[in-house]
Amino acid sequence: MMNYILPIMIVFSFFCAIATGNIGDLSSSVIDGGTDAVTLGIKLMGVICLWNGLCNVAEKSGLTEKLCKLLNPFLKLVFPKLNDTEAKKYIAMNITANFLGLGNAATPLGLEAMNRLQSLNKTPDTATDEMIKFVVINTAAIHLVPTTVALLRKEYGSQSPTDTLIPALILSVIALSTGLIMTNLFKGVKRSRNERFK
Amino acid sequence: MKDLSDYILPTIVVLIVLYGGFKGVDVFNVFIDGAKSGFKTVFNIIPSLIALLLSINMLKASGGLDVLLSLLSPIGDFLGIPRDIIPLTILSPISGSGSLGVYESILKDFGPDSFIGRCASVMMGSTETTFYTLALYYGSIGVKKTRHTVPSALCADFTSFILSPRFVRIFFR
Repeated sequence: MMNYILPIMIVFSFFCAIATGNIGDLSSSVIDGGTDAVTLGIKLMGVICLWNGLCNVAEKSGLTEKLCKLLNPFLKLVFPKLNDTEAKKYIAMNITANFLGLGNAATPLGLEAMNRLQSLNKTPDTATDEMIKFVVINTAAIHLVPTTVALLRKEYGSQSPTDTLIPALILSVIALSTGLIMTNLFKGVKRSRNERFK
Repeated sequence: MKDLSDYILPTIVVLIVLYGGFKGVDVFNVFIDGAKSGFKTVFNIIPSLIALLLSINMLKASGGLDVLLSLLSPIGDFLGIPRDIIPLTILSPISGSGSLGVYESILKDFGPDSFIGRCASVMMGSTETTFYTLALYYGSIGVKKTRHTVPSALCADFTSFILSPRFVRIFFR
């Protein structure tokens, strides 16, 4: 996807700059791109390291596991037909890692969960209902602490960097619910269409 | 609302450290080990950030972004999404570092406590890079037919785009 978007953006910018006469600005923006990226990376480094450190403590003390257990009612609601405990464990751990804002820890756990779900899949080239729901959960971010957002807000002089945290959390729950409801609706629509053609 | 938000972060930190100490974890060294892994994360995202910020900067400097925005703003107006947030809604399902770059430039241009800045913050906190996650998760196990995953996931994103400005109006009157 990005293989198309990046070149299109760059070529489009080039011709726009010629048309608008902004070619001088364009030239300096090319140099700034690299510097800005490294500055942003370094700004984020502190908070990412801090958070990874704290979460390592939570992990080693068994706090993460406790949080996973709290997810059981949610998992029963979303995946009523999933009985594989191993798959459930990885799903719970993935959601917990995401919740704590540890994207990089969440990904390997999520891939492992997909692996388990795939081993239960009878048609390996087609996604199962469980997979669809799990991927939708991962595409809607439920973050307790969106650390990067809070950090960048502070960096740019916000009076209270964490004040968008609660609306964002509520909104992500709503967005996730919409996504999950839609999976069921789409499934229902497809099923009724198939029955009509029979 | 502001006071409650101020409690969240310190409470989590205290809780984690206290529980770790209570369970006899070597809190300091375990923390250091975890923090080290953060460096790797950052080094991994910097190269893609460079590519993305290059193209975003070029788009902004050339005036191309203004062209795109004036084309798209009627749709944004219809949906109640402010014009200056539109780049974020386009990039956020596609690229994590891309939306991070756009988000940073929104904060820089408008300020974090402005209406636009808050909308962007709420949006950033409630969406994830849909297509990247999809490609990664399905790609890793070789599933090709994703059925209704894309429309469902995009409905979730869309909900967040539409509701972010409205939430900001409700929460920050």
